[in-house]
Amino acid sequence: MLTINHLRKSFGSLVAVDDVSFSVERGQLIGLLGPNGAGKTTTVSMVAGLLTADKGEVLVGGAALQGDTDPKKRKIGLVPQDLALYDELSARANLRFFGALYDLSGAALDKAMAAALQLVGLADRERDLVKTFSGGMKRRLNLAAGLLHDPDILLLDEPTVGVDPQSRNAIFDNLEELKRRGKALLYTTHYMEEVERLADRIIVIDHGKVIADDTLSGLQARTPGLGGERVTLESVFLTLTGRSLRD
Amino acid sequence: MPVIPLLAMIRKDLLLFFSDRRSVIVSFVVPIAIGAFFGSIFSGPGSNAEPAKIAIAVIDQDASLISKAIVAGLQSDRNLKVATPTEAEARDAVKRGRTAVGVIIPKDFGDAAGKAFFGDGAKPDVNLVYDPSRNTELAMVRGIMTQHIMEAVSREMFGGAMGKQYVEKSLPGIKASKTIPDAQKQVLVQMLRSIQTVYNQPAASGASPRPQGLTMPYHVHEEAMTAGSNIAYNGYAHSFAGMGIQFLLFAMANLGIEMLLERQRGLWKRLRSAPVSRFTLLTGKAASGSILSFLILAVCFAFAMVVFKVRIQGSVVGFLGVCVACSMMASSFGLLVAALGNSPATARGVTTLAVLMMVMLGGAWVPTFIFPAWLQQFTLIVPVRWAVDGLDATTWRGVGLTGALAPIGVLLGFAAAFGALAANRFKWEEA
Repeated sequence: MLTINHLRKSFGSLVAVDDVSFSVERGQLIGLLGPNGAGKTTTVSMVAGLLTADKGEVLVGGAALQGDTDPKKRKIGLVPQDLALYDELSARANLRFFGALYDLSGAALDKAMAAALQLVGLADRERDLVKTFSGGMKRRLNLAAGLLHDPDILLLDEPTVGVDPQSRNAIFDNLEELKRRGKALLYTTHYMEEVERLADRIIVIDHGKVIADDTLSGLQARTPGLGGERVTLESVFLTLTGRSLRD
Repeated sequence: MPVIPLLAMIRKDLLLFFSDRRSVIVSFVVPIAIGAFFGSIFSGPGSNAEPAKIAIAVIDQDASLISKAIVAGLQSDRNLKVATPTEAEARDAVKRGRTAVGVIIPKDFGDAAGKAFFGDGAKPDVNLVYDPSRNTELAMVRGIMTQHIMEAVSREMFGGAMGKQYVEKSLPGIKASKTIPDAQKQVLVQMLRSIQTVYNQPAASGASPRPQGLTMPYHVHEEAMTAGSNIAYNGYAHSFAGMGIQFLLFAMANLGIEMLLERQRGLWKRLRSAPVSRFTLLTGKAASGSILSFLILAVCFAFAMVVFKVRIQGSVVGFLGVCVACSMMASSFGLLVAALGNSPATARGVTTLAVLMMVMLGGAWVPTFIFPAWLQQFTLIVPVRWAVDGLDATTWRGVGLTGALAPIGVLLGFAAAFGALAANRFKWEEA
């Protein structure tokens, strides 16, 4: 569904993403892991059309994504790391606006809003101002806003930062439901347990390059533990990326 | 251009603006309050209003017929509010700023002024104590005082007892003078005898019992020059135009800062990830800004029309055209703020300064005609100047559509230039 071929992006002399390639299939969740500054968000930004790649291409359903108004962008939904919501508006007004950006209006928009709010469990709070929401509710609404136009591909950039375990669990349930519906999900996070629970495949990226692309068990097999025990994903990650601080 | 996203952007910006009570108050209520204040100061005398009088104090230490006539003349002047305190009280009042000028008429002033009137004898002093911050009023008082002194002294010298005494005293002196040449002596004696004849003639029935002396040899007929006849100047028209423009610029600068905040909060990532063109995104912002700006001007002028009787004396189409062009200029200024600002905090400081400079130089606070000539020319590069001039032309000046065309054209030019620069410098990449 989503194929990334040899993407490269530099900012001045800093090469943020260097020859990154991978693909995400329908009904699959790919966990994109990497230390701070590894190039995860830059990669997601290029896929979402927020940044123009210096080299390489993003294929959606086999066709290259081109330009701001490419209709193929409708197949992509973005859930940014920030709570990209208007606090002063109601949940419904927020969704109405974000839906309209994808040309949704009238009954189709109402139906999409109802479905998205239902999925994230905020149907009963749709008329409340976002500023009255808890952090977890905002995160769930942030997810709903990315789903409104029913995209085939969902890009999730650290979507659970700062939420309580209950809301995080609810978001996981939502993502598993989306996987069941055949969506292709690209998920960046620093939380290893999230990837262990959700990801079908894990891509580790560091210094702008893909350094591992495998299933959880495949990665664990690369780093045998003491006494033949299976190592944790965190141990694998630290083995791959090193223990030096990345500020 | 896709209509649904465009309308959604406009609707969202309007909802956000009206959901912020503070923004609404600052944009709609504050300009009305300040416009009313400035209007009351600068509107000048209306058709029924008395002019603001200059407060002066007169200390008559002479108490002669001439000095009393001077005091009476000053008291009857429509431009002055005359008090007659003691000298110490007058000096204190000037020092405290309650009185603009103190006029001290010293002892023997009348006698000396009478003698000096015909060039014989030293000129007496009139002492003025004044507030140094009110030089304009001092100049006016000087002029008004000259008129009343000349009237009082000449009246006395050409018809009063002092004049009669002076002529009787002067005649023998002139005749005996060895310094005046004979020919001149003859003419002077002849003139003084003629004056004596006038003094000694009984007043004809119905004639004025007292001669008038020297008077102003003309009347001033004042006509306010506007395009229409009998259109009274309404200073509220100018002050509401100025304050409306100032606060719509502030509102639009705030709109630009909100765009920077939207970027900071990741909202532009959502906008940019949608299949919406850059042109549509900027046009949506520009359109919502223009609508808000127009609303601010419309509400300001509606209030001024209802409460302060401001009228569009010129072209209504021209007035609306200037309002629309001014709104577009302000809106594109907001885009420029968003394009050039690095962060909301720094942009806020810089734009506040920029707006204040523009409104100050553009004549939004005080009319540009009081500026030095070079500054009046310089301010033509400030868009606010054209907006204020355009609104003045179509309201109280009563100029037709032709008077509004240049301001409309220039304001649209500024709008296009600001918009193009903003589009060029806008940071489209969202890392």
